Amino acid sequence: MTIKQLSVFLENKTGRINEVTKILGKHGINMHAFSMAESTDFGILRLIVREVDKAVEVLRNENFAVMLTDVVCISCPNEAGSLSTILDKLAEQEIFIEYMYAFAEGDKANVVIRPNDIEKCVQVLQECTCNITNKF
Amino acid sequence: MIWNPNKECMSRDEMHALQSKRLQKLVTYVYHNVPFYRNKMQGMDLSPEDIRSIDDIVKLPFTTKQDLRDNYPYGLQAAPASEIVRVHASSGTTGNPTIVGYTRKDLAVWSEVMARCLTAFGVTRDDTFSVAYGYGLFTGGLGAHYGVENLGATVIPASTGSTEKHIRLIRDLKISGVACTPSYALYMAETLEKMGLTKEDIGLRIGAFGAEPWTENMRKEIEERLGLKGYNIYGLSEIMGPGVSYECQEQNGSHICEDHFYPEIINPETLEQLPYGTQGELVFTTLTKEGMPLLRYRTKDLCTLYNDPCPCGRTAVKMGRIVGRSDDMLIIRGINVFPSQVESVILTMPEFEPQYMLIVDRVKNLDTLQVQVEVRKDFFSDDMGRMLAMKKALADKLKSVLSISADVKLMEPGSIERSQGKGKHVIDNRKLV
Repeated sequence: MTIKQLSVFLENKTGRINEVTKILGKHGINMHAFSMAESTDFGILRLIVREVDKAVEVLRNENFAVMLTDVVCISCPNEAGSLSTILDKLAEQEIFIEYMYAFAEGDKANVVIRPNDIEKCVQVLQECTCNITNKF
Repeated sequence: MIWNPNKECMSRDEMHALQSKRLQKLVTYVYHNVPFYRNKMQGMDLSPEDIRSIDDIVKLPFTTKQDLRDNYPYGLQAAPASEIVRVHASSGTTGNPTIVGYTRKDLAVWSEVMARCLTAFGVTRDDTFSVAYGYGLFTGGLGAHYGVENLGATVIPASTGSTEKHIRLIRDLKISGVACTPSYALYMAETLEKMGLTKEDIGLRIGAFGAEPWTENMRKEIEERLGLKGYNIYGLSEIMGPGVSYECQEQNGSHICEDHFYPEIINPETLEQLPYGTQGELVFTTLTKEGMPLLRYRTKDLCTLYNDPCPCGRTAVKMGRIVGRSDDMLIIRGINVFPSQVESVILTMPEFEPQYMLIVDRVKNLDTLQVQVEVRKDFFSDDMGRMLAMKKALADKLKSVLSISADVKLMEPGSIERSQGKGKHVIDNRKLV
């Protein structure tokens, strides 16, 4: 019930993100979501793609530091209060969220969550019949 | 004013005779008390009797920083431990600092040469003088401190830091002179302006600046912004500390206290002694030192010696500005930094590739050091907290080894340029010319 997210280490340097997207584009790998966490001198680019193994391979071939991280992706109605209901449940069960990012399209919103305890997180989400996304 | 005209204005012939006598005594002393020198001299088939005048110094072996490291901590000490009354240390390249022990007489000589410097700068008993070099293992603070006391002026042991407080003291206590690094002097000027004060609000007259290379342009700027006259003072802990040489009112080269520290210029490749007026590596022999006397210590500082007569009346040989180094040592905020020190720290941390680059710059008159390192692929983490902790761990270790803080920049694997053979590890963007 979890999916593999790609994390790529990047220096804060003009054009560096584009090098990643260019490589993925060249190999026909489509990105479904991504976010960037940054500090003053470096950043961590986090991506969700369908062809995970291929993406890792092509990026490593280009010398990028890449790792895979388990995350949970849920889909909820694109309306006020729907995310709050889910986060309430997670907080009640003391699940800590390290980071998350989201994107909405039409009547659906997709949310990627990196919790401290992924198994427990999945369990809580299933119990509240939340719509967990497995595949893009 | 001249503190000790007998020595500072000695005729060249008298100086030659004094140096010759002192060198003979020194060589006999180290031969009998320092196995390192005895072995070296025996290996060269040389005995103390072969040294009859200062001109014979070229027969003697050299001493290098590596020799000091190899004999850590007390291997080159000549005096028995019971005679040592103080120890200073300078940063080392492989974790071992250089340890220098001083006897009571060494400290007396040090205070004497410091008093010569301060008197040449115009300091008198009536002055209140503040020492804003770091106090501690570094020789700057205590060395200057006891010189001011010996001269009879009032010493304010300000040390570094608390710059605003220091400036208020300069104003309120009518401090007329300050000893510090030239970059700290510029920082003081900046702080003064930030406090809404002007140079007229304080009465600084004299600056004794040293411990790092500086330029004529920096001198002009410091003099203009602090309203004082700035003099160069040179020294190194292996030989004594500050006070080895000093500028007179001519501000044109620094007179060496030649009766205590015999200077030579050598070709760093051939090790051949070079005549006055030729640029090369500066070498010192400590003619009167008891604690850790050194024969022909190679400073790695590049400069020129001049022996033309000086209008100030002093006869001692002058050294020009330090124009560079014959090794890769950097002086950052007055502290000696070797790239190999950074390397040794990085090698202890498996998180990083053994690739690094030091970027040195001067921002708002303060030296900055950035250390770029590559994160190993296996240690890259998706967790920002862990990445920042990795960065902090390296910064902390560097701080403890280098004694100055460095800004660590994490780089992607493979992003630091690899060079063939001897790697280039330093980019120094400071403009010192």
